[in-house]
Amino acid sequence: MSFRFALLGLAATLPLGLPAKAQELPQLRVAMPEDADAMDPTTGRAYVQRVAMLNMCDSLFTYNSKMEIVPRLALSYEWADPQTLVVKLRPNVAFHDGTPVDAASVKYSIERHATYQGSARRGDVSSVAAVEVVDPLTVRFRLKSPDVVFLSQLGVRAGVLVSPKAAEAAGKDFPLNPVCAGPYRWVERVAQDRIVIERVPNYWDAANYHFSRVTFRPIADSTVRLANLRAGSVDVNMNIPPVDADSVRKDNRLKLYTFDGLGYTGITVNMGRNNTTPGPFGTDPRVRQAFDLAIDRDALVSVVFSGVHAPNAYPVPPTSPFFDATLPQPKRDLAKARALLAAAGVKTPFTVQLTVINNPESIQVAEVMQSMAAEAGFELKLNTMEFVSSLDAADKGNFTAYMVGWTGRPDVDGNLRDLLYTSGGTNYVGYKNAQFDTLLDQGRSTGDMAARMATYRKIYQGLREDLPIIYLYSARWSFGMAAKVEGFEPVADGMLRLNGVKFAR
Amino acid sequence: MRGHLGVRFAQVIPTLLLVSIMVFCLQQLMPGDPALVLAGEERDPEVLEQIRRELKLDQPLVFQYFYWIGNVLQGDLGFSWRIRQPVTELVATKLPVTLQLATMAFIIAVFIGVPMGVLSAVKKNTFWDYLANGIGLAGLSTPNFWLGIMLILLVSVHLGWLPPSGYVPLTEDWRQSLATTIMPAFVLGNAISAVLMRHTRSAMLTALQQDYVRTARAKGLSEHLVVIKHALRNALVPVVTLGALELGTLLSGAVLTEQVFSIPGFGKMIVDAVFNRDYPVVQGVVLVTATVYVMLNLVADVLYVMINPRLRGA
Repeated sequence: MSFRFALLGLAATLPLGLPAKAQELPQLRVAMPEDADAMDPTTGRAYVQRVAMLNMCDSLFTYNSKMEIVPRLALSYEWADPQTLVVKLRPNVAFHDGTPVDAASVKYSIERHATYQGSARRGDVSSVAAVEVVDPLTVRFRLKSPDVVFLSQLGVRAGVLVSPKAAEAAGKDFPLNPVCAGPYRWVERVAQDRIVIERVPNYWDAANYHFSRVTFRPIADSTVRLANLRAGSVDVNMNIPPVDADSVRKDNRLKLYTFDGLGYTGITVNMGRNNTTPGPFGTDPRVRQAFDLAIDRDALVSVVFSGVHAPNAYPVPPTSPFFDATLPQPKRDLAKARALLAAAGVKTPFTVQLTVINNPESIQVAEVMQSMAAEAGFELKLNTMEFVSSLDAADKGNFTAYMVGWTGRPDVDGNLRDLLYTSGGTNYVGYKNAQFDTLLDQGRSTGDMAARMATYRKIYQGLREDLPIIYLYSARWSFGMAAKVEGFEPVADGMLRLNGVKFAR
Repeated sequence: MRGHLGVRFAQVIPTLLLVSIMVFCLQQLMPGDPALVLAGEERDPEVLEQIRRELKLDQPLVFQYFYWIGNVLQGDLGFSWRIRQPVTELVATKLPVTLQLATMAFIIAVFIGVPMGVLSAVKKNTFWDYLANGIGLAGLSTPNFWLGIMLILLVSVHLGWLPPSGYVPLTEDWRQSLATTIMPAFVLGNAISAVLMRHTRSAMLTALQQDYVRTARAKGLSEHLVVIKHALRNALVPVVTLGALELGTLLSGAVLTEQVFSIPGFGKMIVDAVFNRDYPVVQGVVLVTATVYVMLNLVADVLYVMINPRLRGA
């Protein structure tokens, strides 16, 4: 081979047309606890689906580590009045198919969320009366009534934009090849095996994304998920159970991130769901108050979750801006609990059927409560059920008390409205409280945080009296990562935001 | 023989029809409304109605069945309600995975179970017999998920020899493919090898007492030939039956093993589908599995004839 040909050969190996840096970037492998559902921001519902889509499908806004809403595809926003939100868009941004991100695409995406068959976002955008294109980079949302919560929806899936061109062309097949605007684009999905996305080199913030590809792998068994992390087969494990948290913390090859979530776990009480006739547990608040006083939340969380989760008797976690630290957390008081039961005139031991989802953690929580409640005069009978069956029973009102969690929303309204508002879609309690409804509507009508908090304080106090849901604890996220992963900033929504995340050199 | 096989072929159609009716009816007995699962956490009544309408859940069951079976007869198994992919495509992706795993597990089971059974029968009431029985008993009584997790911790985490989970197709990288499937295949094969060992042992013990074996020995044939050529060949007929049944079971998806090793095969798919009430996937997988199962039994019938010439005139 001549010298000239050798040079040509060498030249052929150089990364022509591609930035040298892109070729050197490593890949990230992420283990998730389950497989995602439809990869479409409009129809997707599962948490893991949002995790996999978040770095591929930007929304108008997003959240920072303090759970403050910050612009993403948007550049800024302004409330023209409590019913009109004007959003300015980031210029020179395109979807992965080259279609520009403009006001028309915002209008298309929001209307798709509102009208698409099987949309899971209808409730999120239900307050929108009209989406108006002011100019190519300005969009105006006219709302049916004052609703400051709407802005928070634009920071989650309802604010995700899809390429109108791709969505129209793909129709129902859009989840097979989703096209959005984000730092990564779609590569492939093998159901139950992997979802792969790759970096977009010309993304407006590409410098902050340090992995060439990201592979999300569903690994259902927590022991196997952790074994994968320890063996180096994955770099991130998005769900470390509390029982394993300590061993991860002590392993110097790994890092543990434990941080507050947005939701809660509680006991939903049937107070007349589906026109059922509840017993004293549903009709007499004193019986529920007695039960509430029989539970030692600190001990419960310490015994079952090694203290990882936060004991909490309110619907928002302690780190939420909507948490009211001035309100007391109830302490166990058996004497008062027994007195309340006596005042209610029920025969002890008073039997309560508790529907529990048949996973080991929930059953353990229920068993600990069973022994605690027994000391106050309750006989807690556990009715363990598989998740979907339990949902069905709750929907039909075939339960007395149902222990279930809520993943949580950034705004407190999202932790209350669907679950307790008279017409709420998930109001399994069958709660009908006009004063509560009025206060909840009042809470979303103003952007003034002090005024909102004053309203929610009244709501929390009312809920503590009435106890339609007996809140037990706020679950915390536990992510395990290889020690070489750095730059991760935990956000309470439990997402894996990859901006700034990289491997240590 | 042709007549016999012809009858068996003819039985396939009503069998599969019956399977389709049974799987459709049985899953209706499962508690839980699929629309509730599909709607996610926020269950707007209007959305629930829309989902029911779209998936024809608001139609009478008979209509739903005929709608589904009509499409199946045209080669369309529907689409997954949860992940919105065609079931045919999902089955086509998962079937090779499950086939590979099942075949490897079966080969491991045969290579361990049959020789152990033969050894145990030939060396009856000796140390080797007790050892083989002990290994068989251990194989039968060890839960798959426990063995799987222990192997992952030992082989992958501590020794770092094999990947702890996942799957790479044979066509993509055969070395990686074998590396990802050898542990789950061993776990699966381990339990089946114990069953095969027990059956081979008992069939061999019966065969070794037969007149033709005595005659073969009297003719002065070596013990090796007597055991392998005369006794084992006859003893294999019930073992083949059992093998076909076990292979069929493997094809329906090794649920726990696939779950533990995150192998994206039929087992994992059907578990996820049942928990999410993804009916088209459940129906599609069960129907395909039943078809394969029935076909395997046909193959076993043909193998009987090949192994035992006396059946050729039947």
